[in-house]
Amino acid sequence: MDVVLLSRLQFAVATMFHFLFVPLTLGLSILVAIMESIYVKTDDEEYKRMAKFWGKIFLINFAVGIVTGITLEFQFGTNWARYSKYVGDIFGSLLAIEATVAFFLESTFIAIWVFGWNRVSPKLHAACIWIVAIAATTSAYWILVANSWMQHPVGYVIRGGRAELVDFVAVITQPFAIWTFLHVPFAGYIVAGFFVMGVSAYHILRKSNVSFFSKSFRIALIFALIFSIGEVIVGDFHGKVMGKTQPAKLAAVESLWETAKGVPFSMLLIPDEANERNSLEMFQIPKFMSWLVYEQWDAEIKGLKEWPKEDRPPVTLTFWSFRIMVGLGFLFALLTVIGWFKRNRLETSRWYLRVMMYAIPLPYLASELGWIVTEVGRQPWIVYNVMRTADAVSPIPGGHVAISLAAFVLLYSLLGLTAFALMVKTARKGPPELPTILEVRRGG
Amino acid sequence: MLETIWFLLWGLLWAIYFMLDGFDLGLGTLRPFIARNDTQNRIIYNVMGPVWDGNEVWLITAGGVTFAAFPTTYAVMFSTLYAPLLLILFGLIIRGVSFEFRGQIDSPGWRKIWDSCLFVGSFVPALLFGVAFANIFQGIPFDDKGVFHGTLFTLLNPYGILGGVLFVLLFLLHGSLWLAVKTEGPLYERAAALSSKLWVVLLVVAVIFLVDTWFVTPLYKNYLSRPLLFVIPLATVVALLITRLFIANEAWWNAWFASCLTILGATLFGIVGLYPNLYPSSLNPAFSLTAFNSSSSPLTLKIMLVVALIFVPIVILYQGWVYYLFKDKVTLEHLESDEAY
Repeated sequence: MDVVLLSRLQFAVATMFHFLFVPLTLGLSILVAIMESIYVKTDDEEYKRMAKFWGKIFLINFAVGIVTGITLEFQFGTNWARYSKYVGDIFGSLLAIEATVAFFLESTFIAIWVFGWNRVSPKLHAACIWIVAIAATTSAYWILVANSWMQHPVGYVIRGGRAELVDFVAVITQPFAIWTFLHVPFAGYIVAGFFVMGVSAYHILRKSNVSFFSKSFRIALIFALIFSIGEVIVGDFHGKVMGKTQPAKLAAVESLWETAKGVPFSMLLIPDEANERNSLEMFQIPKFMSWLVYEQWDAEIKGLKEWPKEDRPPVTLTFWSFRIMVGLGFLFALLTVIGWFKRNRLETSRWYLRVMMYAIPLPYLASELGWIVTEVGRQPWIVYNVMRTADAVSPIPGGHVAISLAAFVLLYSLLGLTAFALMVKTARKGPPELPTILEVRRGG
Repeated sequence: MLETIWFLLWGLLWAIYFMLDGFDLGLGTLRPFIARNDTQNRIIYNVMGPVWDGNEVWLITAGGVTFAAFPTTYAVMFSTLYAPLLLILFGLIIRGVSFEFRGQIDSPGWRKIWDSCLFVGSFVPALLFGVAFANIFQGIPFDDKGVFHGTLFTLLNPYGILGGVLFVLLFLLHGSLWLAVKTEGPLYERAAALSSKLWVVLLVVAVIFLVDTWFVTPLYKNYLSRPLLFVIPLATVVALLITRLFIANEAWWNAWFASCLTILGATLFGIVGLYPNLYPSSLNPAFSLTAFNSSSSPLTLKIMLVVALIFVPIVILYQGWVYYLFKDKVTLEHLESDEAY
């Protein structure tokens, strides 16, 4: 069996599954921290209930995120040994720094938050969830710096048959990394905002805990509004940087086959990868694509045919993932802007609430599609223009990877279904009624 | 010099991981044999509750540091130990979620699923970490291309299994001592009684392991060439003996601390014996990966050293604070709280 393909599949399964949980952790930790801070400031018990209720969902999600995160660190060594050996000097140190400066904080302070309601002062308790939130986003920074180095390697030399670090500051401050670091956490904040709005909408529609969920909705709405609009702007800048640093990815993202100046943007486009052309290009805005990337109407953009076939990323998957992601990004901005005008009459805006309830999965989808664009669009390179994915795998039998891949699929499916069911159950149940809050016991 | 410092730090991180997560893995393995009803089960979960996650991060850091400081070792070690590492990983995954999932649905069948996961997810990693490290002490059959010439069963040789059993026993004793520290009533009494029994078995296995190590591994070479280093195994043996003394005096915190030192010492005994090898090949010593032929560039080692020297002490401080914050015994009253597992 083909060990490269199997290893790539396993990486995709492990990483995409992990990233079902990471975005909510990134955003919901901040939302819970905001709710608890309001409680500390106003002494209004409703916000404490709010922090506890959303915190409960957060913890189920967090648990799966934590345990599947270990896989990500292990699998570079288990399945991508040649890659690890070649770039460990740079890539490995970023992962190690992530664990040391961020992951410890996150995992230690979440415990104080969970078990410490009666052991530390309310202020310190709220500080704990802020530390978790900041650590989660810091964690994302280091991981994304590492990923950005694979997209656009800087600050290194090839010496002694491997990539060696020469400029650490260049690695951690390169524009590609900074834009990625804004783009990905923003996506997580949108996921969390839409999650809280969607669950709140469910309850408001059923007239259960209307005050509680209207307040939750409004906090999440402001949060999601800021980051949805921010994401449109950040995504544009990130796309421009990507276009300049990864021209083959840009060509795939736009399904542009021939190099041209003043490239138009087609609102409707269907790539025909087999015949190296597009089977449909409609509703064109002249020269708009050139302007989007270079802010010059006559700028030249390289087409896919500039590269030999073996150096091109898969076009259809990259193209559609990008298109749908961008479309969803605009939809999130639109939905939150509409929400802003309806924020004070949520109860009567039943169609809007219904839309928001069904919108919960969309930011998740956009996040996964974003990673497909990033990772599939980088192919056939594992480190752009430096190392090919096919040269990066471990020298292990394909059969072993086939077995472990099957095990991952089985285990993660069970885990995912369980976590999903538990989150739905907790979300549906709503917060405990006020008088009984002290008597509620968990488990048997 | 930098390489040697990182070699020692690398060993220390693994030692701290075993010292901290060791009692979680031990307790998870012990639970089915010591808890008689659901309340006692829950107490055992809550005894680990506030600390297990923070403990596990030491593994991530140990793995991350292997990657950062010795990338070639990381690559060859993790790919040649493919099967055992993935089994450890799957174990740790099901262990981790069982804490959060178990109390979510009020049904005995549901709880039984997660209880089993906690057991398997504690026992299998404990055993396989021991098997893996014992095999590293002996040397692993891999060639100059980093290709493993063996199977999972190659690793299950007598010395490998002995190492696994030793780790399981170290962790079982460590776990039962933590339980004695953190509980009262019948659970405390059973943990206390079990500790002295486990200690005897551990002593016997530890002696066999130390003797067998002489015959099947080159670990003692470093010690014979620098006899001063014998302080490490001697201190470890003393820590193990003192553990028994504290058990007899029912000084549980002290017994647990002594057990911490035993695990720390036992790991460092192996690591120092390995030096300068991180991952020796049993096929040809020339293929062995050492602190010098598998390390990162001096620049990376320096940056990582600065990061480690600043942040690891900070981590120890705030984790120490959490242990202090949750130092009292877990009682029935604690189980009443909304947050208890």
